[in-house]
Amino acid sequence: MEGLMSLCIGILFAVGVYLILSKSLLRIILGTSLLTHSVHLLLMTMAGLKTGAAPLLGEKAKAVVDPLPQALILTSIVISFGVTAFFFVLAYRAYQTLGTDDVEELRGDEDE
Amino acid sequence: MSLLHVAIIVPFLWAVLTPLLSGLLRRAHTGWLVLPVPAVLFVWFLLRIPEITQGKALRSSVEWMPSLGIDFTACMDGLGLLFALLITGIGTLVVLYSIFYLDKSKESLRHFYVYLLLFMGAMLGVVLSDNLMVLYGFWELTSVSSFLLIAFWHTRDKSRYGAQKSLLITVFGGLAMFAGFLLLYAMTGTFSIRETIAQAHDIAGQTLFVPAMLLILLGAFTKSAQFPFHIWLPDAMEAPTPVSAYLHSATMVKAGIYLVARLSPVFAGQAEWFWIVSGFGLATLVYGSATAIRQTDLKAMLAYSTISQLGLVMSLLGLGSASAFFAGAGDSLLYAKATAAAVFHLINHAVFKGALFMAVGIVDHETGTRDLRRLGGLMRLMPITFTVALIGTFSMAGLPPFSGFLSKEMFFTAMLNVQRLDLWSLRSWGVVFPAVAWAASVFTFVYSMIVLLRTFAGKLQSDKLGRKPHEAPLGMLIPPVVLASCAVVFGLFPNLLTYSLLEPAMAAILPDLLAQGERFHVSIRLWHGWTPEVFMTIGVVLAGAALYKLYGRLNVLQRPKTGGLWLNRLYDGGLGAAETFAYRLTARYMTGSVRHYLIYIFVFFGVALGAALLLSNGIRFDTSRYAPVSFYEAAAALFMTAAAVAVPFANSRLTAIILTGAVGYMVTLFFILFRAPDLALTQIIVETVSVALFLLCFYHLPKWKKETARPRFKLFNFLVAAGAGAIVTLIALGASSGGAFESISHYYVEESYRLAGGKNIVNVILVDFRGFDTMLEITVLGIASLGIYALVKLRLDPPLPRKPAEAKRTNGERVGGTLARSNDVLLKTISRAVVFIMITFALYLFFAGHNHPGGGFIGALMTASALLLLAIAFGTSAFRGIVPVDFRKLTAAGLAVAFLTGIGSFAFGAPFLSHAFGHFHLPILGDTELATAVLFDLGVYLSVVGVAMTILLTIGRDS
Repeated sequence: MEGLMSLCIGILFAVGVYLILSKSLLRIILGTSLLTHSVHLLLMTMAGLKTGAAPLLGEKAKAVVDPLPQALILTSIVISFGVTAFFFVLAYRAYQTLGTDDVEELRGDEDE
Repeated sequence: MSLLHVAIIVPFLWAVLTPLLSGLLRRAHTGWLVLPVPAVLFVWFLLRIPEITQGKALRSSVEWMPSLGIDFTACMDGLGLLFALLITGIGTLVVLYSIFYLDKSKESLRHFYVYLLLFMGAMLGVVLSDNLMVLYGFWELTSVSSFLLIAFWHTRDKSRYGAQKSLLITVFGGLAMFAGFLLLYAMTGTFSIRETIAQAHDIAGQTLFVPAMLLILLGAFTKSAQFPFHIWLPDAMEAPTPVSAYLHSATMVKAGIYLVARLSPVFAGQAEWFWIVSGFGLATLVYGSATAIRQTDLKAMLAYSTISQLGLVMSLLGLGSASAFFAGAGDSLLYAKATAAAVFHLINHAVFKGALFMAVGIVDHETGTRDLRRLGGLMRLMPITFTVALIGTFSMAGLPPFSGFLSKEMFFTAMLNVQRLDLWSLRSWGVVFPAVAWAASVFTFVYSMIVLLRTFAGKLQSDKLGRKPHEAPLGMLIPPVVLASCAVVFGLFPNLLTYSLLEPAMAAILPDLLAQGERFHVSIRLWHGWTPEVFMTIGVVLAGAALYKLYGRLNVLQRPKTGGLWLNRLYDGGLGAAETFAYRLTARYMTGSVRHYLIYIFVFFGVALGAALLLSNGIRFDTSRYAPVSFYEAAAALFMTAAAVAVPFANSRLTAIILTGAVGYMVTLFFILFRAPDLALTQIIVETVSVALFLLCFYHLPKWKKETARPRFKLFNFLVAAGAGAIVTLIALGASSGGAFESISHYYVEESYRLAGGKNIVNVILVDFRGFDTMLEITVLGIASLGIYALVKLRLDPPLPRKPAEAKRTNGERVGGTLARSNDVLLKTISRAVVFIMITFALYLFFAGHNHPGGGFIGALMTASALLLLAIAFGTSAFRGIVPVDFRKLTAAGLAVAFLTGIGSFAFGAPFLSHAFGHFHLPILGDTELATAVLFDLGVYLSVVGVAMTILLTIGRDS
C-alpha cells in the first residue's frame, strides 16, 4: 500500500508543481490544491498505513494508527481552505483590476 | 555594579528619559535638562583624581556572558580618567553652547540630545571598559551616534552623504578591529585588556600577532581619521557645529588614539608598531596641515587641522613606543617623553580646537557664512570671539605662552630624540623626523593665521554677508571662553596637569618601564634655555610669516582645492560600482517573475533533499512493512491519479475545477481507508465548501485558456515538476520503510485520556497538547478572512459621492447579484429542513469532538456549509434577515474565547493554555465530563464559522 501511495503522491505532487509553474492564475491555484493533497497523503504514508484502528480510545482496539499526522493534516486542511480562498480572491481581483491573469504580464516594473 | 558602571549607564538612562521630560517641560530648552548629566559626571571624575594619582585603578566587574568570557568590566586608570574628563568636561561646555546654538522652535531638539547622550555614554563606555568585546560594542555605538548627529539636518543631501561616508568608513574599521580582537582572543583566551597585557610577552612571537596588530590599527586609524582614511572627517563637518566641536575634534576621533594608547603595552615592543603608528601619524600630520591651507570653508580648514593634529598625537605615540622597545636600557625614559607629549597635546588639542570650533560656530551663527572669501574685519564687532580665536589659533600654532606652545616644544624634543635611535639604521634617516615635523609646524602656523586674520582682521565685507554681524549671546560665549582660559592657564601653569593627569596616563600607556612604586618624572617648563627646540619655533614663525605673505599674493582662496580628491573619487567610485554590481547581480535572478522564483524553490528543494537522501542513505525500498493493497484501493488510487493528471489537459474551467474536486474526494476516501475519521469529515466538508467557493468565483474568473507556451517552456516545467515529484516519492518510500528513530506518538496515545480526559486523540492533540498551535492557526485564518474582505471591499478608487446609508442599501441590492438568483422552489423547501438537520449534526460533532470523531473545526465547517446552503437558497439579503450575525465579529469573539481560555490558566498558576477536566453529575445530563478544552474548542468553532462565512459571503456578494 505504501509503495502505491508513494507513487500516487509523487504524481500528484508533480502535477501540482507543473500547474504552479504555468502562466495562468487559475492553474496556479488548482496546482496548490493538488500539492496540498499530495502532502497530506505524504504525511499519512510516512507514519505507516493501517497499523491499527482509528485513534479513538475506548474502542477496545489493540493498536491505533499514529494520531500525530492526523492532527497535523487536520490543521493543514483548514488552513489551506483559507489560503485557497485568499488566492481565489487575489486572482480575480488582479484580473478585474489589471485585465490579465498571465503572471508574466503581472511582473513589476523594471526599476521597482 | 559600581559607581563606574553607573557613570557609563547614566547618559543612556537620561537618553531614554529626555524625550519624556522634554514633553512635560515644553517651555524649557531641552538642553537645560541634559546639561546636569555631563556636569555632574565631570565633577565626579574630577574627585577621582586623587585616587588615580596614587596609582590605584578603579575596577569593578558585572557578569554578563561568563561562558563567552564577556563581562562588563569597568576599569579606570590614568588614561581612562583623562578621557572621561575630556568627554564629560567638553561635553558640559558643548551642551551649554548648543542651547544657544540650536533654535528651540526650529530644530528637533529631542533627537539631538538623545543622540548626544547616546554618544556620551558610548564614549565613556569605550574608555572605561576593560573587556574588548564590550569596548567594541560601545565603539560601534559611537559610530552610530556620530552617524545620527552628522545627519541631524537630514533633509540636506550633503549631510546624508557625510553621515553615510563616516559610518561606512568607521564601521569598516570597527569590523577590522573586531577581527583583530578575536585574533587576540585566540592567542590569549581572554577578552580582558589587563589580562591581555599581562600575557603580552608570551604572544609577541605568535603568527597571529602581527595580523591582529594590523587589524586593530585599521580600526584606530579609520576612527581617528588617519591618512588615507581621513576623507570622512571633512564631510562630517555637515553636522551642527557643537557636534563638530565635540565628536569630530575633541572626543570621538580620539577614540583611535585611545585604542593605540590603551593597547601600547601589548604591541609597543614591536618594530612594526613603531613604524606603522609613527609613519601614518607623520604622513597624516603633513598631509592634513598642507591641505588645510587650501580650504575656503572655515570648518573644512579646522577639519583638516584636526586630521593633522591627530596625526601629530599618533606619531608621538609611535615614537613613545620606542621606549618600550628599549625597556630597561638607559635611553628608554628619553623616548617616554614622546608619550608625555602625546598625552599633553591630546588635552591641549581638545581645549584649543574646541574653543576654535565654537568661535567658528559663533561666526557662522552671527554672519551666516563660513566662507573665508566673504569674511573679514570682525575683530571690532566681535571682540570676545576674536580673543577666543586668538588664543585658540596661537595655541594651535604653538606660540608662547599658550599650552599649545609647550606641547609643540615637547613634540620637537621627541622628534629630535629619534635621531638617537641607533636601530633600523635611523642614524642616517633620523634627521627626516624633525625636518618633517618642522615643515608640518610651518603649515600649521600658516593656517592658524589664516583662520585668525582672514576672519577677524582686514576689511568687513558687509555686502557679502547675509545679516549684520554682532557679538553672540553670553551663554554661547561662556564655553569657548572657558576653553580659551584653560589654554592660557595650562600654558602658564603646566604643572597643574603633570602629576594629576599626565603621569598617571603615561603609566597606563607604558607600564613596563616602571618598577613597582616608581613614577615617571615629568617636568614641563615654559623656558629652558636656548635649546634647538626654541630655534625651531623661531624658524617656524619666520617661515610661516613668509608663507602667509605668499598665500595672500598667490590668491589661494580664489582657487580652492579640496584635499584628497582622488581618495574621494576612489570612495565614491567604489561605492557606486558596488551598488551597480549589486543591482545588476540582483537583477539577474530577481526577475519579477513568480515562475522563476518558484523554479528556484523547486530546484533547490529537489537538489537539497535529493542530496540529503543520497548522503544519509535515505533511499530505501523495504516492502516488508507495507500494508496489503486490496483491489478497490488500487482502483481508487488509479482514479485519483488519473483525475489529477487530467487537470492540465482540461479544456474548460469547470472541468478543471471538477477534476480537482474529484481528487479531493478521493483523498477523503483514502482518509477513511487509513482510519482517519476526523480527517475524512473535515476533508469532505472543506471539499464541498471549496467547490461552492469555486463556483462563486466563477463569474469573476478569466476564461480557461489552453497553454499557448512554447514546447521548450512546457518541457522545462515538466522536468522540474517530474524531478520534484520523484524526490517526494523517494521521501515517501524512504520514510515508510521503517523509521530511523522512535515515533513520539506513543506519548499522545498513552497520555491522551489520563492527562487531557479525551478519547479522540486527534482532537486532544489539537485543543490540548498543541493548543497553542491551534490558537495561532485560527488567528492566521482570521487574518486570511480579513484579507479577503479587504481585497473585495476596499477599493482604492475614488469613492462615489454617496451618503453612507444609501451606499449600504445599494450595496445590499447588489448583494442579490450572484447569490440571490435561485428561484428553485425545491431547493428552498428542502434546504429549510436540511439546514436544521445539518446544524444539529454540526453541534453534535462539536460536542462529541473530545471523545468521538468531530470537534471545533469539523463542527464549524459543517455549520458554515449549512449556512451557505441557506444563503444560496434564499439569497444573501434574506439570509441577513434570518441570521443577523456579523461574522467578522464572530471571528473576533472566537479568537477572544480561545485566548481567554488560555489566559484563564494563569489564574490557577498554570502555564498558558493548561486545561483541566473532571466528571460532574448534572441534573438532566447525568454523569457528564466537562473539560476546559471544550471552552477552547468553542473558540475554535466560533472563529472558524466566522472565517468561513466571512469568506463565502464576501465573495458571494461581490458582483
